[in-house]
Amino acid sequence: MASVPDTTYIARRNPLKTLGERIPPAVWTLIALLLFWEVMVRLREIPQYILPAPSVIFAEIVSYWHRLWPNALVTLGEILFGFACAVCIAVPLAVSVVYSQFMARAVFPIIVMSQTIPKVAIAPLLLTWFGYGVTPKIVIVIMLSFFPIVINTVMGLRATTPEMLYLARSMGANGWQIFWKFRLPKALPFIFGGLKLATALSVIGAIVAEFIGADKGLGYLILIAGANFDIARQFASIILISLMGMSFFGLLTWLERVAIPWRESVELSGKG
Amino acid sequence: MPSHGALEAPHVSISGVTKVFSGRKGEVEALRTVDLDIRRGEFVSVVGPSGCGKSTLLMLLSGLLGRSAGEITIDGASIAGPNSDLGIVFQQDVLLEWRSALDNVLLQAEIRKSDMGEARTRARELLRMVSLQDFEDAYPRELSGGMRQRVSICRSLLHQPPLLLMDEPFGALDAMTRDQLQIDLLKLCAARDMTVFFITHSISEAIFLSDRVVVMTPRPGRIERVMDIDLPRPRRLALREDPKFIGYVHELTEIFKSLGVFKEE
Repeated sequence: MASVPDTTYIARRNPLKTLGERIPPAVWTLIALLLFWEVMVRLREIPQYILPAPSVIFAEIVSYWHRLWPNALVTLGEILFGFACAVCIAVPLAVSVVYSQFMARAVFPIIVMSQTIPKVAIAPLLLTWFGYGVTPKIVIVIMLSFFPIVINTVMGLRATTPEMLYLARSMGANGWQIFWKFRLPKALPFIFGGLKLATALSVIGAIVAEFIGADKGLGYLILIAGANFDIARQFASIILISLMGMSFFGLLTWLERVAIPWRESVELSGKG
Repeated sequence: MPSHGALEAPHVSISGVTKVFSGRKGEVEALRTVDLDIRRGEFVSVVGPSGCGKSTLLMLLSGLLGRSAGEITIDGASIAGPNSDLGIVFQQDVLLEWRSALDNVLLQAEIRKSDMGEARTRARELLRMVSLQDFEDAYPRELSGGMRQRVSICRSLLHQPPLLLMDEPFGALDAMTRDQLQIDLLKLCAARDMTVFFITHSISEAIFLSDRVVVMTPRPGRIERVMDIDLPRPRRLALREDPKFIGYVHELTEIFKSLGVFKEE
């Protein structure tokens, strides 16, 4: 009970109003939803094999942690490595599409058309080719996340206006300078838009790939728990996946803010 | 400013220049045999209705577009490709949104790989001349349209070009900002020896700024008339109420009426 004087002290220095204002409203919504869930499950005595209460799920995360974290690391590795590969393929490809007529006319349309193929349908095929290990998962992550990066980077690099190019050439800029000082900075907000889309897709890719055939990873844990009707364990895995996805997205949002500081000024002036 | 006699070789010489664009609907003749000599240090404005090819003429001068026939020389040298020995201002300010006002001006020096320390001093000086000294670090989005265009003018002057090309630079601005920028521009021009080729569709703007006004016809663009503007410098806004100024406005308006650009009935 030593914490009681502490809280009153904090409460006096930071009145509840400012404390409440500092926490985003969405957090309050989330807390309210979890409370509602907890109360409803207890009041209506919903059995655990249908819907466990949040407190039960939390307890499951703690008690099952020794199995959760190594598998989470496997999935995280697939996501991050696949994503990095996707960026390394997509960005140079987009640059080549913008600079080469051949790539723009003979290759790019095929990349766009290939997006109508449901990637999940290809997954079993990849299993046949690459086996049971990590490789097919990474390939699926790449396949899912690479497309929005290509499309957005192409759009971004093409967003340079004719006037910008006239200006550049009137200054005597060479192709290298036009790319680094005009096209690429202009494209950055588009590229980050694509990267953020790709984070969500890369998480989906890893989980789906693990569903189809794996012996480790969070997707694998969900399948096993499902087979045992262990709903709490499934929820525990889902929460971990979601946290990973959110952190990944948050990381990119932060990177975006660092890389594109002039965008921040837009938000600030928008508030004023 | 144009005190030297006609004996001096022209700074810019345009002779028999024609430009034909070939599009989907066949060929469009934008300019037909344009002849014009511009003296060093002269302020020449081109006035004409939309689509008369005045912007095309500017693009030909900058070397960003190739002409179909004729010859353009600057200091006696024929223009064959993009000419970087000039400053250029477009109707849009074309500021790079990821650079501050100062860095946008400095872009000119960066691309040209000039001495950056010296360029920085000059950029600050230019921004001060257009009253933007307190906005050096502002991003373009934080500036008004008039401020942005002033930054873009500073950028075009950083490398002290002998020739400045301006394509309706004040066309997108409101009337009051426009007045201020005209004054700013004259101030900047008076501070250096520079030839200005200025495109506008405003008759009074052309008279107010220029030593000579070139009148162009609707497409295909030809030069209908070149009018000397004999008004003292430095010019003040009150000049626009001067009977001589008003006389020039009337004269130019009559020319455009006779060309069928203005129809009053």
